[in-house]
Amino acid sequence: MKFRAEINVMPLKALLDPQGKAVTNSMKNLSLSEIENVRIGKHITLVIEAGNKEMAKTKVDEACKKLLHNPIMEYYEFEIFEN
Amino acid sequence: MKFGVVIFPGSNCDQDMIYVLRNVMQQEVVELWHKEADLKKCDFIVLPGGFSYGDYLRSGAIARFSPIMDAVGNFAEKGGYVFGVCNGFQILCEARLVPGALMHNTERKFICKNVFIKPQNYDTLVTNQISRSKVSLKIPIAHGEGNYFNDAESLKKMNDSGQILFRYCDEQGNITPESNPNGAIENIAGVCNAKKNVFGMMPHPERAADTELNNTDGKLLFQSIVNLVTA
Repeated sequence: MKFRAEINVMPLKALLDPQGKAVTNSMKNLSLSEIENVRIGKHITLVIEAGNKEMAKTKVDEACKKLLHNPIMEYYEFEIFEN
Repeated sequence: MKFGVVIFPGSNCDQDMIYVLRNVMQQEVVELWHKEADLKKCDFIVLPGGFSYGDYLRSGAIARFSPIMDAVGNFAEKGGYVFGVCNGFQILCEARLVPGALMHNTERKFICKNVFIKPQNYDTLVTNQISRSKVSLKIPIAHGEGNYFNDAESLKKMNDSGQILFRYCDEQGNITPESNPNGAIENIAGVCNAKKNVFGMMPHPERAADTELNNTDGKLLFQSIVNLVTA
């Protein structure tokens, strides 16, 4: 069975995200000053063959831990869907 | 004394490193292609600068899974000397061979210029020939992701055990926020592992080790390496 994972890798909340900060500031120029604290990370999608959703989740978690995120500066979260 | 310089797809400072080791320092040097699995009996491994795998995902994140990195990891585990510069440092961080991570520069710009750094430990493989009376070293940087980070607990451990190699400073050797080019925590420009056999730094000593380049401060690091390893 094929599953699709939708993964978000984000800079740790305690860390300055200069890209997000620059975008937050530019919101003021768009008269959208209500918008604050923009944070920018990566969105990763992938397709995975697995017996069931739980097994797919375990594999995706392994991929996130081993390669897709660096725990010193990022955290991740994901959802699994039937493809 | 045999040096091995690892070449990844996207390495671009490998030939500068080889030139300095071979022509300036008169050492035996071999090239190690990243797909090879053995280190050709080298005594010292260098990971050069560049943009391995186009810096995809994160700088160094993909290169650390190149076949040769297993051998480099085993070599380091057994106490072998490994030195990473710029992208090489990023790869060592990603491989967890040295502590910490390198984030985007706070200004989000690629910075290519001379900076000043100050040794924080004069008894290491790369600093033992630097005189304490020399207040700073002028060495160029060229990176977009050189903003060193580690958590407070790890930093304390690293400070306590002399694992901070260099900090960014001004020409007079003052470690100030203004002399920090990339936002690195505690102005850190280079570190080593706890066993002090794996070293990484963002500045490029190989670009400052030839009189024709009008700056030889970087040569002091290579003299330190050759001094200690051939002693």
